[in-house]
Amino acid sequence: MSEQTLFKVTIDNITIEVPAGTTILNAARKIGGDVTPPAMCYYSKLQGSGGKCRTCLVEVSKGSEKDPRPMPKLVASCRTNVMDGMEVKNITSDKVLDARASIVEFLLINHPLDCPICDQAGECHLQDLSYEHGKEGTRYEFQRRTFQKHDLGPYIQLHMTRCILCYRCVYVADQLTEKREHGILDRGDHAEIATQIQKSLEHDFIGNVIDVCPVGALTDKTFRFKNRVWFLKPMDAHRDCPTCSGKVTLWNRGDEVFRVTARKDEWGEVESLEDGSTAWICNTCRFEKKKTSDWVIEGPRAISRHSVISQGHYQGKIGMHKPRETFTAVHGGRDPKLLMDIHSVSEVNRPSIDLSLIEGPAHSTDFNLKKD
Amino acid sequence: MAGQIEEKHMQALTNRSKEVSRKPMSFMEQLYLPAILKGMAITFSHIFKKQPTIRYPEQKRPFSPVFRGLHVLNRDEEGRERCTACGLCAVACPAEAITMEAAERLPGEENKYREEKYAARYEINMLRCIFCGLCEEACPKDAIYLSETFAPANFTRKGFIYGKNELLIPDPVTEPEAYQKARGLKEPTTASQN
Repeated sequence: MSEQTLFKVTIDNITIEVPAGTTILNAARKIGGDVTPPAMCYYSKLQGSGGKCRTCLVEVSKGSEKDPRPMPKLVASCRTNVMDGMEVKNITSDKVLDARASIVEFLLINHPLDCPICDQAGECHLQDLSYEHGKEGTRYEFQRRTFQKHDLGPYIQLHMTRCILCYRCVYVADQLTEKREHGILDRGDHAEIATQIQKSLEHDFIGNVIDVCPVGALTDKTFRFKNRVWFLKPMDAHRDCPTCSGKVTLWNRGDEVFRVTARKDEWGEVESLEDGSTAWICNTCRFEKKKTSDWVIEGPRAISRHSVISQGHYQGKIGMHKPRETFTAVHGGRDPKLLMDIHSVSEVNRPSIDLSLIEGPAHSTDFNLKKD
Repeated sequence: MAGQIEEKHMQALTNRSKEVSRKPMSFMEQLYLPAILKGMAITFSHIFKKQPTIRYPEQKRPFSPVFRGLHVLNRDEEGRERCTACGLCAVACPAEAITMEAAERLPGEENKYREEKYAARYEINMLRCIFCGLCEEACPKDAIYLSETFAPANFTRKGFIYGKNELLIPDPVTEPEAYQKARGLKEPTTASQN
């Protein structure tokens, strides 16, 4: 590897040496922090992804040492390789910030602004991006493109209305399964992710389309509308799985497992394992193992403290152990007298009902049944 | 500094303190009657002054326009529930008084719920609530707002767990009068309509 040529690239006045053939985006990710351009379609674990959403545009103010002319237009950093001596401007360029804000606005033209409903809210890259650029409102006055909701099999919900056509899920099906069964039908404004006439997607690893989806277009039906991610407690856990690595993040509430996802790194991508492969998880782990007893809990997952998910303060030892009740011990075995047991009055969070074990989203029928 | 404080007298913080009089009472003071009459004169003079109190249940004082009272779960003009159970009020709540359970709207329920998700259960623990109004501020759907009444008293704690029965505003289509009464004089804020 010592033979590898190293290129010196300067991104936002920070110089780094990267091997030849690295894209600007990956070089910026090596620096990390605010310098990294956002990416809605590029996914480092998926071959050939990127170049579609244009959110990672950067300005190249100096092409290379040999040819110092700047590039005439903003370039997609996920698709442009670095050259020796290249100088790139990302957040230091007003042009880039302006272009990116406009791109976010374009992405939001057809994307419904219904984050309060969407299950992806709180971990949605488009939501983050729009708020970062002050484009959380809309200037669009016309009818948005809408689609019917589809069930891609019993576990995956497709809501095309939210899709930004990043193609990540298509690449997942291409690269993780033997035969892709869904793709983009039609073109232009009518382009949609679909199976040919509402087939269900059945493959052990197809559930990963949920993890790669940057928006809430593909969501977990077993988790749909059950809870908000910021009320859940992310825990690293593993199990002995014959098909996949079995290393997952459990999203708990109390002892209930509401959702199982792959472990995501700081770029929102599925983590790599020690051997370099990607920790995709299989459908059995994701959808069917919804009991704490199925898993070996490793500990709370570290969540960026800027994320709304960390508002639950479950990190450290808090999430791991139940607090020890000391009252009984110091009062000679006498239990504290409760003035009111909240569960005797409250209809929410009843201990006898595990919302996480209902198959799909709860409906009025589920709730009316419980009243009897 | 420490030496100064330990001097004979403590330094006075204000100059309003008076020295206590230790003089023996004079003859007029020993009679007491003049002082009693003087006091009674002040008391009776209040009969002719404006009353500072009101007769409460019949008369009520107007609330301040920024008064934050009992919560109301709002409906839109067609009578559909606005709340989508997004959980932002529960996150914003510093007292952790708000809990909810969401459900998906079934086909045919479009006239009951505005969005595809709604709060099947919504509870506010009024024993915990501090009426700070942060839930109202957090709500992206104008679904919850604090009205101009306060939570009525109750004999038991159980009566303070308010569910949707207590919180939901009457339907403006089927019960317009009850809706107007519950809505109060203050217009609910209508900001974004996304």
